[in-house]
Amino acid sequence: MFFGLDFSVLAPSLPFLWTGLQYSVKLTLIAMSGGIVLGTLLALARLSSNRLLSNAAQVYVDTMRSIPLVMVILWFFLLIPLLTGNPVGAESSAMLTFIAFEAAYYSEIMRAGIQSVSRGQVAAGDALGFTYRQTMGYIVLPQAFRNMIPVLLTQTIVLFQDTSLVYIIGAKDLLKAAEIAGKNYNRPIEMYIFVAIIYFVICFTLSQTVKRLQKRVAIIR
Amino acid sequence: MIEISHVNKHYGAFQVLTDCSTTVAKGEVIVVCGPSGSGKSTLIKTVNGLEPFQSGTIMVDGISVGAPSTDMPKLRARVGMVFQNFELFPHMSITENLTIGQIKVLNRSKEEAMATGLKLLDRVGLKAQAAKFPGQLSGGQQQRVAIARALSMNPICMLFDEPTSALDPEMVNEVLDVMVELAHEGMTMMCVTHEMGFARKVANRVIFMDQGHIIEDATKDDFFGTPRGERAQQFLSKILSH
Amino acid sequence: MDYHWNWGIFFVQVQNGDETYLDWLINGFGWTVAVSVSAWIIALSLGSVIGTLRTTTRPWVVMLGNTWVECFRNVPLLVQMLLWFFVVPELLPKDLSMWVKQDMPAKEFITATLCLGLFTSARIAEQVRAGIQSLPRGQHYAGMAMGFTTPQTYRYVLLPMAFRIIIPPLTSEFMSVFKNSSVAFAISVLELTFVSRQMQEDSEQGIETYVAVTALYFLCAFIANRVMSFIDKRTRVPGYVSAK
Repeated sequence: MFFGLDFSVLAPSLPFLWTGLQYSVKLTLIAMSGGIVLGTLLALARLSSNRLLSNAAQVYVDTMRSIPLVMVILWFFLLIPLLTGNPVGAESSAMLTFIAFEAAYYSEIMRAGIQSVSRGQVAAGDALGFTYRQTMGYIVLPQAFRNMIPVLLTQTIVLFQDTSLVYIIGAKDLLKAAEIAGKNYNRPIEMYIFVAIIYFVICFTLSQTVKRLQKRVAIIR
Repeated sequence: MIEISHVNKHYGAFQVLTDCSTTVAKGEVIVVCGPSGSGKSTLIKTVNGLEPFQSGTIMVDGISVGAPSTDMPKLRARVGMVFQNFELFPHMSITENLTIGQIKVLNRSKEEAMATGLKLLDRVGLKAQAAKFPGQLSGGQQQRVAIARALSMNPICMLFDEPTSALDPEMVNEVLDVMVELAHEGMTMMCVTHEMGFARKVANRVIFMDQGHIIEDATKDDFFGTPRGERAQQFLSKILSH
Repeated sequence: MDYHWNWGIFFVQVQNGDETYLDWLINGFGWTVAVSVSAWIIALSLGSVIGTLRTTTRPWVVMLGNTWVECFRNVPLLVQMLLWFFVVPELLPKDLSMWVKQDMPAKEFITATLCLGLFTSARIAEQVRAGIQSLPRGQHYAGMAMGFTTPQTYRYVLLPMAFRIIIPPLTSEFMSVFKNSSVAFAISVLELTFVSRQMQEDSEQGIETYVAVTALYFLCAFIANRVMSFIDKRTRVPGYVSAK
């Protein structure tokens, strides 16, 4: 007993929390992969010489970056059923939202990454007779990606924390699971503390790993 | 004025200064030279306690540098220092650079500080630049302001840490001229520099350092006449051939 | 798309009350600004102190600063919000705990402000530390050589430059505070996000509601950006080119 808290309720609710955590991780991984792919395309569009394409990409990125994620979550949850005519669950709606939202942030990282590759590399690709697609695919993007791995991972840690915001549409992630379990056992306080510790342990471990990785990358360069 | 005796300093296993001893009497001008990495910049920074040292003692005007009982800010306020990269405060105008120390450390009134500052600025020939900011001046001008800033505190002695080595060649003389004038006025000076012309003109003694040791500590005539060590000879011939 | 548009909804009275939906929005905007600006003030003061402490030479002080930053950075803001609201009052001494739970005025607002302020302070501390450490070592020496004490060296030499250098990241942090204030919906602060859900349910005009709220968030971001760029212009140093 500590402050009159009783952590014994944690044990029976662990399987339930585990399901929640699985959803949080799944959402993170899907949003990360989708976000990086879409973000890279956005970055290429942003850097393209086609003014229309580059402006459109910029408007998209700036819009996403100017509004709170919770609002974007609400927007998608409202619009997807209206546009498709079918109700979708909170869980699937959240996946689409996070891909679209995180793409804006990943695109800024990838843009910086692409710009960090020297122009000589592009010239070298051209000199080999590569098309734009080949130069990007074989030469520029792999280097950009490698240079940006630590930043991309840091953004992913932020993303993992952001997934807790699906709370607003009731998707069952780690936080929501903890809240439900807390209500069931009438021990919400212990649950909030426990869930905070889980988030901390995961994020702290990951960020320390990224820090170490960053040092290694810095040495190689 | 400055007594350095048996000073040792190391970073971990790396020995930066080994058993360094020398003195600077009142009104004397000492030039410290030596190849890069010889510890000369470190030595001069230990004199006003910017760099701590592990053993030995340094006395400035009878006060022990780095002793727990010594009020270091108070001591530093009496020792002027000029840096290789000028180190003017970029966000302050030239006059603010010249008055901030007087006002905040010496508690002079704004008017008094301003009067002193402008007088010194005039002396280094930069009165017209008073309202400008450091970023708007050339390197030589910035270094002259830095000397004026150090003088504004009425120092009992001046330390120069390679004051001309970050300057374009054509700006070196304008700074050296100010230093020579200062020496002629009887200021006690300890200068880390490779400007041997300056040393010949005003130095009383020349110290040659290598790998953290003081190898030569001789009067100017002895040093330029018959440097004893081989390293010093090599170094001198390299410097003088430039 | 099967949707019944009604852009006049803002001037319609809410279902149980005599105010209009526009009144709700204005109120929500007010709370968003109030939470954000107060949190920003807390964050800037605390973050500057902690960021500065992290550049000192005392290991335990640095460690304390690092711990602060790691704690607030590695737990989601929403979880922190719930911790401050539900958990912290339980851990207080009994009388204080009762007072906080029952009698504390503007409980939601104060909790949200404090939570967002502390969260943001950790991020500002990180930027302030980086700003100070980006200054050349010689500036520190020059301050000390002048006879400044360590606090004076920070006050007159290091901090004025460090803050100028970090204006760009501080700008995006200031804009983030407004965005992050939306998380206060979770503890029922009547700010924009809370209002948007309430109005959407009450009026059933989701798109109009969200358009209005999104526009107001844009306005916040725009104003925050303008304020910082005004400060940037006012504090720009003539002739200074960043060392990078």
